[in-house]
Amino acid sequence: MATDNLADKIPDFNSSAGPQGGGPVDVTAIASIRRAKGLKEILSVLALAVVVVTLLEFILIWSHTEAYVFPKPTSIIRSLFTDFPTLYLKPLRQTVQTFFLGLIIGSTVGLSLAVLVTLKPGLDIFISPYIIILVTTPMVALIPFLMLKFGFGMTPRVIAISLATGPMVMINSATGFRRTNAELIALGKSYGATEFQLFRKIRFPFALPMIIVGFMVGSIFGLLTAVGAEMVGGGMGLGNRLIYFSSLVQMSQFGAVLVIVATFGVGIYSFFTFVNRKWASWDV
Amino acid sequence: MTQATRIKITDVSKIYQSDTKTVEAVKNFSESVQDGEFVCVVGASGCGKTTLLWCLSGLHPATSGTVHIDGELLTKPLPDRIGMVFQDSNLLPWRTLMENIELPFQIKKKPVNRELVDELLEVAGLKGFENSYPGELSGGMKQRGSIVRALAQDPEVLLMDEPFGALDAFTREEMNLFLLKVWERTKKTIVFVTHSISEAIFLADRVWVMSPRPGRLSRIVDVDFPRPRHIDLQFEPKFIEILKSIREDVEGSKSGKGN
Ligand SMILES: Nc1ncnc2c1ncn2[C@@H]1O[C@H](COP(=O)(O)OP(=O)(O)OP(=O)(O)O)[C@@H](O)[C@H]1O
Ligand SMILES: [Mg+2]
Repeated sequence: MATDNLADKIPDFNSSAGPQGGGPVDVTAIASIRRAKGLKEILSVLALAVVVVTLLEFILIWSHTEAYVFPKPTSIIRSLFTDFPTLYLKPLRQTVQTFFLGLIIGSTVGLSLAVLVTLKPGLDIFISPYIIILVTTPMVALIPFLMLKFGFGMTPRVIAISLATGPMVMINSATGFRRTNAELIALGKSYGATEFQLFRKIRFPFALPMIIVGFMVGSIFGLLTAVGAEMVGGGMGLGNRLIYFSSLVQMSQFGAVLVIVATFGVGIYSFFTFVNRKWASWDV
Repeated sequence: MTQATRIKITDVSKIYQSDTKTVEAVKNFSESVQDGEFVCVVGASGCGKTTLLWCLSGLHPATSGTVHIDGELLTKPLPDRIGMVFQDSNLLPWRTLMENIELPFQIKKKPVNRELVDELLEVAGLKGFENSYPGELSGGMKQRGSIVRALAQDPEVLLMDEPFGALDAFTREEMNLFLLKVWERTKKTIVFVTHSISEAIFLADRVWVMSPRPGRLSRIVDVDFPRPRHIDLQFEPKFIEILKSIREDVEGSKSGKGN
Protein backbone atom coordinates (compact mmCIF):
# COMPACT_ATOMS: atom_id res chain seq x y z
CA MET A 1 0.00 0.00 0.00
CA ALA A 2 1.24 3.45 -0.85
CA THR A 3 0.86 4.77 2.66
CA ASP A 4 2.94 2.04 4.27
CA ASN A 5 6.33 3.39 3.35
CA LEU A 6 5.35 6.74 4.80
CA ALA A 7 4.68 5.29 8.15
CA ASP A 8 7.58 6.27 10.26
CA LYS A 9 9.55 8.79 8.33
CA ILE A 10 7.05 11.54 7.83
CA PRO A 11 6.44 12.97 11.29
CA ASP A 12 10.10 13.64 11.68
CA PHE A 13 9.71 16.99 9.93
CA ASN A 14 11.25 18.90 12.80
CA SER A 15 14.65 17.59 11.84
CA SER A 16 14.45 18.26 8.12
CA ALA A 17 17.35 20.52 7.34
CA GLY A 18 16.73 23.76 5.54
CA PRO A 19 18.76 24.77 2.51
CA GLN A 20 21.53 25.89 4.82
CA GLY A 21 22.51 22.46 6.19
CA GLY A 22 25.81 21.06 4.92
CA GLY A 23 25.89 18.12 2.54
CA PRO A 24 28.52 15.41 2.33
CA VAL A 25 30.62 17.41 -0.08
CA ASP A 26 29.56 21.01 0.14
CA VAL A 27 31.13 23.10 -2.56
CA THR A 28 28.27 25.54 -2.82
CA ALA A 29 29.98 28.62 -1.47
CA ILE A 30 31.25 29.53 -4.91
CA ALA A 31 27.69 30.29 -5.95
CA SER A 32 27.29 32.98 -3.33
CA ILE A 33 30.33 35.15 -3.99
CA ARG A 34 29.23 38.78 -3.98
CA ARG A 35 29.27 40.45 -7.35
CA ALA A 36 29.61 44.08 -8.35
CA LYS A 37 26.23 45.72 -8.84
CA GLY A 38 25.40 48.88 -10.68
CA LEU A 39 27.40 50.85 -13.21
CA LYS A 40 29.58 52.57 -10.64
CA GLU A 41 30.76 49.36 -8.97
CA ILE A 42 31.32 47.61 -12.29
CA LEU A 43 33.31 50.57 -13.65
CA SER A 44 35.50 50.74 -10.58
CA VAL A 45 36.20 46.99 -10.75
CA LEU A 46 37.14 47.34 -14.44
CA ALA A 47 39.28 50.39 -13.72
CA LEU A 48 41.22 48.49 -11.07
CA ALA A 49 41.80 45.63 -13.54
CA VAL A 50 43.17 48.06 -16.11
CA VAL A 51 45.44 49.61 -13.48
CA VAL A 52 46.75 46.19 -12.41
CA VAL A 53 47.47 45.09 -15.98
CA THR A 54 49.11 48.41 -16.86
CA LEU A 55 51.19 48.31 -13.70
CA LEU A 56 52.32 44.78 -14.57
CA GLU A 57 53.29 45.96 -18.04
CA PHE A 58 55.43 48.81 -16.67
CA ILE A 59 57.06 46.69 -14.00
CA LEU A 60 58.05 44.19 -16.71
CA ILE A 61 59.45 47.04 -18.86
CA TRP A 62 61.33 48.73 -16.01
CA SER A 63 62.82 45.50 -14.71
CA HIS A 64 63.91 44.49 -18.24
CA THR A 65 62.21 41.11 -17.79
CA GLU A 66 62.70 38.98 -20.90
CA ALA A 67 59.60 37.69 -22.68
CA TYR A 68 60.61 34.06 -22.04
CA VAL A 69 60.59 34.73 -18.30
CA PHE A 70 57.30 36.59 -18.17
CA PRO A 71 55.37 37.83 -21.25
CA LYS A 72 54.09 41.41 -21.28
CA PRO A 73 50.30 41.83 -21.14
CA THR A 74 50.40 43.83 -24.40
CA SER A 75 52.18 41.05 -26.25
CA ILE A 76 49.60 38.54 -25.02
CA ILE A 77 46.75 40.78 -26.11
CA ARG A 78 48.40 41.36 -29.49
CA SER A 79 48.85 37.63 -30.02
CA LEU A 80 45.23 37.00 -29.01
CA PHE A 81 43.97 39.35 -31.69
CA THR A 82 46.38 38.55 -34.53
CA ASP A 83 46.87 34.80 -34.02
CA PHE A 84 43.37 33.80 -32.91
CA PRO A 85 42.13 32.24 -36.19
CA THR A 86 45.42 30.51 -36.96
CA LEU A 87 46.72 29.37 -33.59
CA TYR A 88 43.87 29.23 -31.09
CA LEU A 89 40.52 28.66 -32.80
CA LYS A 90 41.02 24.97 -33.63
CA PRO A 91 42.32 23.87 -30.20
CA LEU A 92 39.57 25.93 -28.56
CA ARG A 93 36.97 24.15 -30.65
CA GLN A 94 38.46 20.77 -29.71
CA THR A 95 38.43 21.57 -26.01
CA VAL A 96 34.89 22.96 -26.16
CA GLN A 97 33.70 19.84 -27.97
CA THR A 98 35.17 17.32 -25.55
CA PHE A 99 34.11 19.44 -22.60
CA PHE A 100 30.46 19.65 -23.62
CA LEU A 101 30.26 16.01 -24.66
CA GLY A 102 31.69 14.99 -21.28
CA LEU A 103 29.45 17.42 -19.42
CA ILE A 104 26.29 16.21 -21.16
CA ILE A 105 27.06 12.53 -20.59
CA GLY A 106 28.31 13.04 -17.03
CA SER A 107 25.48 15.29 -15.89
CA THR A 108 22.78 13.11 -17.46
CA VAL A 109 24.09 10.04 -15.65
CA GLY A 110 24.67 12.06 -12.46
CA LEU A 111 21.19 13.55 -12.43
CA SER A 112 19.57 10.18 -13.17
CA LEU A 113 21.50 8.54 -10.35
CA ALA A 114 20.39 11.33 -8.02
CA VAL A 115 16.75 10.70 -8.95
CA LEU A 116 17.22 6.95 -8.51
CA VAL A 117 18.80 7.36 -5.08
CA THR A 118 15.99 9.68 -4.03
CA LEU A 119 13.23 7.32 -5.12
CA LYS A 120 14.98 4.26 -3.70
CA PRO A 121 16.68 5.60 -0.55
CA GLY A 122 18.24 2.22 0.31
CA LEU A 123 20.50 2.40 -2.73
CA ASP A 124 22.58 5.36 -1.69
CA ILE A 125 24.76 3.42 0.75
CA PHE A 126 25.94 1.31 -2.20
CA ILE A 127 26.48 4.21 -4.57
CA SER A 128 28.00 6.80 -2.21
CA PRO A 129 31.42 5.15 -1.73
CA TYR A 130 32.08 5.25 -5.47
CA ILE A 131 30.83 8.80 -5.73
CA ILE A 132 33.13 9.89 -2.90
CA ILE A 133 36.08 8.16 -4.57
CA LEU A 134 35.27 9.77 -7.91
CA VAL A 135 34.84 13.22 -6.39
CA THR A 136 38.05 13.10 -4.41
CA THR A 137 40.33 11.49 -7.01
CA PRO A 138 41.60 13.78 -9.77
CA MET A 139 40.24 12.22 -12.94
CA VAL A 140 43.27 13.41 -14.92
CA ALA A 141 45.09 10.54 -13.22
CA LEU A 142 43.02 8.11 -15.27
CA ILE A 143 44.07 9.56 -18.60
CA PRO A 144 47.21 7.45 -19.22
CA PHE A 145 45.23 4.30 -18.50
CA LEU A 146 42.23 5.38 -20.60
CA MET A 147 44.54 6.22 -23.48
CA LEU A 148 45.93 2.69 -23.47
CA LYS A 149 42.37 1.40 -23.75
CA PHE A 150 40.75 3.94 -26.07
CA GLY A 151 43.60 5.46 -28.03
CA PHE A 152 44.52 9.10 -28.45
CA GLY A 153 41.21 10.41 -29.80
CA MET A 154 38.47 12.23 -27.93
CA THR A 155 37.11 9.17 -26.14
CA PRO A 156 39.45 8.93 -23.13
CA ARG A 157 39.06 12.64 -22.40
CA VAL A 158 35.28 12.57 -22.72
CA ILE A 159 35.20 9.66 -20.28
CA ALA A 160 37.43 11.47 -17.80
CA ILE A 161 35.35 14.66 -18.04
CA SER A 162 32.12 12.70 -17.54
CA LEU A 163 33.63 11.05 -14.48
CA ALA A 164 34.66 14.45 -13.15
CA THR A 165 31.33 16.22 -13.73
CA GLY A 166 28.82 13.42 -13.10
CA PRO A 167 29.53 12.80 -9.40
CA MET A 168 29.42 16.54 -8.64
CA VAL A 169 26.05 16.90 -10.31
CA MET A 170 24.87 13.73 -8.59
CA ILE A 171 25.97 14.68 -5.07
CA ASN A 172 24.53 18.17 -5.20
CA SER A 173 21.27 17.11 -6.84
CA ALA A 174 20.76 14.20 -4.47
CA THR A 175 21.40 16.49 -1.52
CA GLY A 176 18.92 18.98 -2.95
CA PHE A 177 16.27 16.29 -3.44
CA ARG A 178 16.86 14.86 0.01
CA ARG A 179 16.65 18.23 1.74
CA THR A 180 13.16 18.79 0.40
CA ASN A 181 11.08 19.71 3.39
CA ALA A 182 9.18 16.61 4.56
CA GLU A 183 6.12 18.74 5.31
CA LEU A 184 6.02 19.87 1.68
CA ILE A 185 6.07 16.24 0.59
CA ALA A 186 3.30 15.49 3.08
CA LEU A 187 1.36 18.43 1.69
CA GLY A 188 1.59 16.98 -1.80
CA LYS A 189 0.56 13.55 -0.57
CA SER A 190 -2.41 14.98 1.29
CA TYR A 191 -3.63 16.22 -2.09
CA GLY A 192 -3.13 12.76 -3.54
CA ALA A 193 0.00 13.52 -5.56
CA THR A 194 1.70 10.58 -7.24
CA GLU A 195 5.41 9.97 -6.74
CA PHE A 196 6.03 11.51 -10.16
CA GLN A 197 3.94 14.59 -9.39
CA LEU A 198 5.77 15.01 -6.09
CA PHE A 199 9.01 14.95 -8.00
CA ARG A 200 7.98 17.34 -10.72
CA LYS A 201 6.05 19.85 -8.64
CA ILE A 202 7.90 19.78 -5.32
CA ARG A 203 11.20 17.92 -5.15
CA PHE A 204 12.67 19.12 -8.41
CA PRO A 205 11.90 22.84 -8.06
CA PHE A 206 13.00 22.67 -4.44
CA ALA A 207 16.31 21.11 -5.42
CA LEU A 208 16.88 23.31 -8.47
CA PRO A 209 19.25 25.80 -6.78
CA MET A 210 21.40 22.89 -5.57
CA ILE A 211 21.25 21.21 -8.98
CA ILE A 212 22.46 24.39 -10.65
CA VAL A 213 25.33 24.65 -8.18
CA GLY A 214 26.14 21.00 -8.93
CA PHE A 215 26.30 21.80 -12.63
CA MET A 216 28.48 24.83 -11.97
CA VAL A 217 31.00 23.03 -9.79
CA GLY A 218 30.85 19.94 -12.02
CA SER A 219 31.58 22.06 -15.09
CA ILE A 220 34.54 23.71 -13.42
CA PHE A 221 35.88 20.26 -12.46
CA GLY A 222 35.17 19.19 -16.03
CA LEU A 223 37.18 22.04 -17.53
CA LEU A 224 40.02 21.27 -15.16
CA THR A 225 39.97 17.66 -16.31
CA ALA A 226 39.65 18.60 -19.98
CA VAL A 227 42.68 20.90 -19.99
CA GLY A 228 44.68 18.62 -17.72
CA ALA A 229 43.96 15.60 -19.90
CA GLU A 230 45.02 17.48 -23.02
CA MET A 231 48.29 18.31 -21.30
CA VAL A 232 48.94 14.62 -20.67
CA GLY A 233 48.72 13.60 -24.29
CA GLY A 234 46.68 13.23 -27.43
CA GLY A 235 47.91 16.28 -29.35
CA MET A 236 44.63 18.18 -29.20
CA GLY A 237 43.03 21.13 -27.48
CA LEU A 238 44.09 24.11 -25.39
CA GLY A 239 45.94 22.00 -22.81
CA ASN A 240 48.14 20.58 -25.52
CA ARG A 241 48.87 24.13 -26.77
CA LEU A 242 49.99 25.13 -23.26
CA ILE A 243 52.60 22.36 -23.29
CA TYR A 244 53.54 23.10 -26.88
CA PHE A 245 54.10 26.86 -26.51
CA SER A 246 55.92 26.56 -23.21
CA SER A 247 58.26 23.94 -24.65
CA LEU A 248 59.09 26.39 -27.45
CA VAL A 249 59.33 29.18 -24.87
CA GLN A 250 56.73 31.18 -26.85
CA MET A 251 55.44 32.80 -23.72
CA SER A 252 53.15 35.38 -25.35
CA GLN A 253 51.26 32.57 -27.07
CA PHE A 254 51.33 30.56 -23.87
CA GLY A 255 49.82 33.55 -22.05
CA ALA A 256 47.17 33.94 -24.75
CA VAL A 257 46.07 30.30 -24.35
CA LEU A 258 45.98 30.77 -20.60
CA VAL A 259 43.73 33.80 -21.02
CA ILE A 260 41.40 31.78 -23.26
CA VAL A 261 41.21 28.94 -20.71
CA ALA A 262 40.52 31.42 -17.90
CA THR A 263 37.82 33.16 -19.96
CA PHE A 264 36.22 29.77 -20.57
CA GLY A 265 36.18 29.09 -16.82
CA VAL A 266 34.79 32.48 -15.93
CA GLY A 267 32.24 32.02 -18.72
CA ILE A 268 31.02 28.79 -17.10
CA TYR A 269 30.75 30.52 -13.75
CA SER A 270 28.89 33.51 -15.17
CA PHE A 271 26.50 31.35 -17.15
CA PHE A 272 25.41 29.29 -14.16
CA THR A 273 25.23 32.35 -11.95
CA PHE A 274 22.87 33.85 -14.50
CA VAL A 275 20.80 30.65 -14.66
CA ASN A 276 20.67 30.55 -10.89
CA ARG A 277 19.38 34.09 -10.67
CA LYS A 278 16.85 33.49 -13.39
CA TRP A 279 15.41 30.15 -12.22
CA ALA A 280 16.17 29.92 -8.54
CA SER A 281 15.98 33.47 -7.30
CA TRP A 282 13.56 32.50 -4.51
CA ASP A 283 16.38 30.74 -2.70
CA VAL A 284 18.20 33.59 -0.98
CA MET B 1 -29.40 16.85 18.64
CA THR B 2 -29.11 14.45 15.75
CA GLN B 3 -25.80 15.01 14.05
CA ALA B 4 -23.81 12.79 11.76
CA THR B 5 -20.51 11.47 12.99
CA ARG B 6 -17.78 12.72 10.66
CA ILE B 7 -14.72 11.22 12.26
CA LYS B 8 -14.80 8.12 14.39
CA ILE B 9 -11.59 7.20 16.17
CA THR B 10 -11.59 3.72 17.65
CA ASP B 11 -8.85 2.58 20.00
CA VAL B 12 -6.07 4.20 17.97
CA SER B 13 -2.49 3.59 19.11
CA LYS B 14 0.67 4.71 17.43
CA ILE B 15 4.02 3.30 18.42
CA TYR B 16 7.28 4.64 16.98
CA GLN B 17 9.94 2.02 16.89
CA SER B 18 13.59 2.85 16.39
CA ASP B 19 16.73 0.80 17.01
CA THR B 20 17.23 2.22 20.46
CA LYS B 21 13.77 2.85 21.82
CA THR B 22 10.04 2.50 21.48
CA VAL B 23 7.75 5.49 21.94
CA GLU B 24 4.05 5.05 22.55
CA ALA B 25 3.06 8.37 21.00
CA VAL B 26 -0.70 7.74 21.12
CA LYS B 27 -2.41 5.06 23.17
CA ASN B 28 -5.96 3.70 23.05
CA PHE B 29 -7.49 6.87 21.73
CA SER B 30 -11.24 6.69 21.10
CA GLU B 31 -13.48 9.64 20.31
CA SER B 32 -15.73 11.02 17.61
CA VAL B 33 -16.11 14.34 15.90
CA GLN B 34 -19.56 15.41 14.77
CA ASP B 35 -20.33 17.04 11.46
CA GLY B 36 -19.57 20.76 11.60
CA GLU B 37 -17.92 20.52 14.97
CA PHE B 38 -14.84 22.52 15.97
CA VAL B 39 -12.56 20.39 18.15
CA CYS B 40 -9.29 21.63 19.62
CA VAL B 41 -6.56 19.30 20.88
CA VAL B 42 -4.28 20.58 23.62
CA GLY B 43 -1.52 18.97 25.65
CA ALA B 44 2.08 19.31 26.67
CA SER B 45 4.75 19.29 24.01
CA GLY B 46 5.48 15.79 22.80
CA CYS B 47 2.23 14.30 24.08
CA GLY B 48 1.23 13.01 20.65
CA LYS B 49 -1.02 15.73 19.20
CA THR B 50 0.69 15.84 15.83
CA THR B 51 0.83 12.07 15.71
CA LEU B 52 -2.91 11.86 16.34
CA LEU B 53 -3.63 14.41 13.62
CA TRP B 54 -1.47 12.54 11.11
CA CYS B 55 -3.36 9.35 11.92
CA LEU B 56 -6.58 11.21 11.13
CA SER B 57 -5.17 12.49 7.84
CA GLY B 58 -4.50 9.04 6.42
CA LEU B 59 -0.88 10.03 5.75
CA HIS B 60 0.32 8.00 8.59
CA PRO B 61 -1.41 4.75 9.52
CA ALA B 62 -2.01 3.94 13.17
CA THR B 63 -0.18 0.97 14.64
CA SER B 64 -3.50 -0.37 15.81
CA GLY B 65 -7.08 0.83 15.93
CA THR B 66 -9.16 2.42 13.19
CA VAL B 67 -10.29 5.78 11.91
CA HIS B 68 -13.54 6.08 10.01
CA ILE B 69 -14.48 9.12 7.95
CA ASP B 70 -18.24 9.22 7.27
CA GLY B 71 -18.38 5.58 8.21
CA GLU B 72 -15.64 4.64 5.76
CA LEU B 73 -12.38 3.08 6.97
CA LEU B 74 -9.45 5.44 6.40
CA THR B 75 -6.47 3.78 4.71
CA LYS B 76 -4.92 6.58 2.64
CA PRO B 77 -5.19 10.36 2.26
CA LEU B 78 -8.59 11.52 1.02
CA PRO B 79 -7.68 14.60 -1.01
CA ASP B 80 -11.27 15.53 -1.75
CA ARG B 81 -12.56 15.19 1.78
CA ILE B 82 -9.72 16.05 4.14
CA GLY B 83 -7.62 19.21 4.03
CA MET B 84 -4.42 19.67 6.01
CA VAL B 85 -2.97 22.92 7.31
CA PHE B 86 0.52 22.70 8.77
CA GLN B 87 2.43 24.68 11.34
CA ASP B 88 4.54 26.24 8.61
CA SER B 89 2.43 27.81 5.92
CA ASN B 90 4.11 25.42 3.49
CA LEU B 91 3.58 27.70 0.54
CA LEU B 92 6.03 26.79 -2.22
CA PRO B 93 8.43 29.74 -2.38
CA TRP B 94 8.88 29.52 -6.16
CA ARG B 95 5.16 29.89 -6.81
CA THR B 96 3.02 32.98 -6.38
CA LEU B 97 0.15 32.90 -3.91
CA MET B 98 -2.31 32.14 -6.71
CA GLU B 99 -0.08 29.42 -8.16
CA ASN B 100 0.13 27.91 -4.70
CA ILE B 101 -3.63 27.86 -4.39
CA GLU B 102 -3.79 26.26 -7.84
CA LEU B 103 -1.31 23.49 -6.94
CA PRO B 104 -3.86 21.04 -5.47
CA PHE B 105 -6.10 21.55 -8.50
CA GLN B 106 -3.16 20.75 -10.78
CA ILE B 107 -2.29 17.65 -8.77
CA LYS B 108 -5.91 16.48 -9.01
CA LYS B 109 -6.06 17.54 -12.68
CA LYS B 110 -9.22 19.55 -12.02
CA PRO B 111 -10.15 23.02 -13.22
CA VAL B 112 -9.59 25.76 -10.64
CA ASN B 113 -12.79 26.76 -8.87
CA ARG B 114 -12.32 30.48 -9.55
CA GLU B 115 -15.49 31.57 -7.78
CA LEU B 116 -14.64 29.84 -4.52
CA VAL B 117 -10.99 30.92 -4.64
CA ASP B 118 -12.07 34.52 -5.21
CA GLU B 119 -14.50 34.44 -2.35
CA LEU B 120 -11.93 32.89 0.00
CA LEU B 121 -9.26 35.42 -0.97
CA GLU B 122 -11.75 38.17 -0.24
CA VAL B 123 -12.56 36.80 3.22
CA ALA B 124 -8.87 36.25 3.94
CA GLY B 125 -8.05 39.83 2.97
CA LEU B 126 -5.59 38.60 0.35
CA LYS B 127 -7.19 40.29 -2.64
CA GLY B 128 -4.46 42.07 -4.58
CA PHE B 129 -1.73 39.71 -3.39
CA GLU B 130 -2.47 36.88 -5.83
CA ASN B 131 0.75 37.49 -7.73
CA SER B 132 2.99 37.98 -4.72
CA TYR B 133 5.56 35.38 -3.82
CA PRO B 134 5.44 33.94 -0.27
CA GLY B 135 8.71 35.75 0.48
CA GLU B 136 6.82 39.01 -0.02
CA LEU B 137 4.00 38.17 2.39
CA SER B 138 3.86 38.53 6.17
CA GLY B 139 3.64 35.46 8.40
CA GLY B 140 -0.08 35.97 8.98
CA MET B 141 -0.78 36.44 5.28
CA LYS B 142 1.11 33.24 4.47
CA GLN B 143 -0.94 31.30 7.02
CA ARG B 144 -4.18 32.71 5.64
CA GLY B 145 -2.93 31.76 2.18
CA SER B 146 -2.34 28.19 3.24
CA ILE B 147 -5.82 28.04 4.78
CA VAL B 148 -7.30 29.39 1.56
CA ARG B 149 -5.36 26.72 -0.36
CA ALA B 150 -6.88 24.00 1.83
CA LEU B 151 -10.41 25.45 1.79
CA ALA B 152 -10.38 25.95 -1.98
CA GLN B 153 -10.57 22.15 -2.26
CA ASP B 154 -13.83 22.39 -0.33
CA PRO B 155 -12.97 19.49 1.99
CA GLU B 156 -15.48 18.34 4.58
CA VAL B 157 -12.81 18.03 7.23
CA LEU B 158 -9.99 20.45 8.02
CA LEU B 159 -7.07 19.17 10.10
CA MET B 160 -4.88 21.95 11.45
CA ASP B 161 -1.59 21.44 13.29
CA GLU B 162 -0.67 24.55 15.28
CA PRO B 163 -1.26 26.73 12.23
CA PHE B 164 -0.80 29.94 14.20
CA GLY B 165 1.96 28.72 16.50
CA ALA B 166 4.64 30.86 14.90
CA LEU B 167 2.66 34.12 14.96
CA ASP B 168 2.73 36.92 17.50
CA ALA B 169 -0.17 37.33 19.93
CA PHE B 170 -1.97 40.08 18.00
CA THR B 171 -1.76 38.40 14.63
CA ARG B 172 -2.85 35.21 16.30
CA GLU B 173 -6.05 36.80 17.64
CA GLU B 174 -6.74 38.21 14.22
CA MET B 175 -6.24 34.79 12.66
CA ASN B 176 -8.54 33.18 15.22
CA LEU B 177 -11.29 35.62 14.31
CA PHE B 178 -10.66 34.98 10.63
CA LEU B 179 -10.84 31.23 11.14
CA LEU B 180 -14.10 31.49 13.10
CA LYS B 181 -15.56 33.71 10.39
CA VAL B 182 -14.67 31.15 7.73
CA TRP B 183 -15.90 28.28 9.86
CA GLU B 184 -19.23 29.92 10.65
CA ARG B 185 -19.71 30.50 6.94
CA THR B 186 -18.66 27.07 5.69
CA LYS B 187 -19.47 24.84 8.68
CA LYS B 188 -16.51 22.57 8.07
CA THR B 189 -15.55 19.95 10.60
CA ILE B 190 -12.32 21.13 12.15
CA VAL B 191 -9.74 19.38 14.31
CA PHE B 192 -7.28 22.01 15.48
CA VAL B 193 -4.08 21.22 17.40
CA THR B 194 -2.60 23.97 19.54
CA HIS B 195 -0.21 24.65 22.38
CA SER B 196 -2.32 27.53 23.57
CA ILE B 197 -5.12 26.60 25.93
CA SER B 198 -6.81 29.97 25.59
CA GLU B 199 -6.77 29.69 21.82
CA ALA B 200 -8.39 26.27 22.15
CA ILE B 201 -11.15 27.51 24.44
CA PHE B 202 -11.77 30.56 22.29
CA LEU B 203 -12.18 28.51 19.11
CA ALA B 204 -13.63 25.18 20.10
CA ASP B 205 -16.95 23.54 20.73
CA ARG B 206 -15.01 20.88 22.58
CA VAL B 207 -11.44 20.69 23.82
CA TRP B 208 -9.63 17.37 23.98
CA VAL B 209 -6.93 17.40 26.62
CA MET B 210 -4.12 14.90 26.11
CA SER B 211 -1.64 13.59 28.64
CA PRO B 212 1.82 12.49 27.55
CA ARG B 213 3.76 9.23 27.47
CA PRO B 214 1.74 7.41 26.43
CA GLY B 215 -0.43 10.00 24.68
CA ARG B 216 -3.94 9.49 25.93
CA LEU B 217 -7.15 11.45 25.89
CA SER B 218 -7.32 12.52 29.53
CA ARG B 219 -10.31 14.84 29.49
CA ILE B 220 -12.93 16.38 27.25
CA VAL B 221 -14.14 19.91 28.01
CA ASP B 222 -17.35 21.24 26.48
CA VAL B 223 -17.11 24.91 25.67
CA ASP B 224 -20.55 26.40 25.14
CA PHE B 225 -19.94 30.11 24.87
CA PRO B 226 -22.37 31.57 22.36
CA ARG B 227 -21.21 32.34 18.85
CA PRO B 228 -20.13 34.54 17.19
CA ARG B 229 -17.52 34.98 19.87
CA HIS B 230 -15.85 38.25 20.69
CA ILE B 231 -12.15 38.55 21.42
CA ASP B 232 -12.92 39.94 24.89
CA LEU B 233 -14.35 36.57 25.80
CA GLN B 234 -10.93 35.62 27.12
CA PHE B 235 -11.32 38.06 30.01
CA GLU B 236 -14.61 36.62 31.28
CA PRO B 237 -14.47 34.77 34.61
CA LYS B 238 -15.96 31.60 33.17
CA PHE B 239 -13.37 31.53 30.41
CA ILE B 240 -10.56 31.98 32.91
CA GLU B 241 -12.01 29.27 35.11
CA ILE B 242 -11.97 26.75 32.25
CA LEU B 243 -8.48 27.90 31.30
CA LYS B 244 -7.20 27.29 34.82
CA SER B 245 -8.67 23.85 35.11
CA ILE B 246 -7.31 22.68 31.76
CA ARG B 247 -3.96 24.19 32.59
CA GLU B 248 -3.81 22.28 35.86
CA ASP B 249 -4.55 19.10 33.93
CA VAL B 250 -1.80 19.69 31.41
CA GLU B 251 0.77 20.77 33.99
CA GLY B 252 -0.21 17.99 36.37
CA SER B 253 0.12 15.29 33.76
CA LYS B 254 3.54 16.65 32.85
CA SER B 255 5.06 16.60 36.33
CA GLY B 256 3.00 13.62 37.51
CA LYS B 257 4.76 11.35 35.05
CA GLY B 258 8.12 12.50 36.34
CA ASN B 259 9.31 13.46 32.90
N1 LIG C 1 9.11 9.87 13.61
C1 LIG C 1 9.17 9.64 14.91
N2 LIG C 1 9.97 8.65 15.39
C2 LIG C 1 10.06 8.40 16.70
N3 LIG C 1 9.40 9.07 17.63
C3 LIG C 1 8.59 10.07 17.25
C4 LIG C 1 8.44 10.41 15.87
N4 LIG C 1 7.58 11.45 15.78
C5 LIG C 1 7.22 11.73 17.04
N5 LIG C 1 7.81 10.91 17.93
C6 LIG C 1 7.64 10.90 19.38
O1 LIG C 1 6.27 10.75 19.65
C7 LIG C 1 5.88 11.58 20.71
C8 LIG C 1 4.73 12.47 20.25
O2 LIG C 1 5.19 13.34 19.23
P1 LIG C 1 4.23 14.41 18.56
O3 LIG C 1 5.02 15.11 17.52
O4 LIG C 1 2.98 13.75 18.13
O5 LIG C 1 3.95 15.38 19.79
P2 LIG C 1 3.17 16.77 19.82
O6 LIG C 1 2.16 16.66 20.87
O7 LIG C 1 2.71 17.14 18.46
O8 LIG C 1 4.32 17.74 20.30
P3 LIG C 1 4.48 19.30 19.98
O9 LIG C 1 3.41 19.98 20.76
O10 LIG C 1 5.83 19.62 20.51
O11 LIG C 1 4.34 19.47 18.51
C9 LIG C 1 7.11 12.34 21.14
O12 LIG C 1 7.62 11.74 22.30
C10 LIG C 1 8.06 12.20 20.00
O13 LIG C 1 9.35 12.13 20.48
MG1 LIG D 1 3.22 18.74 17.11
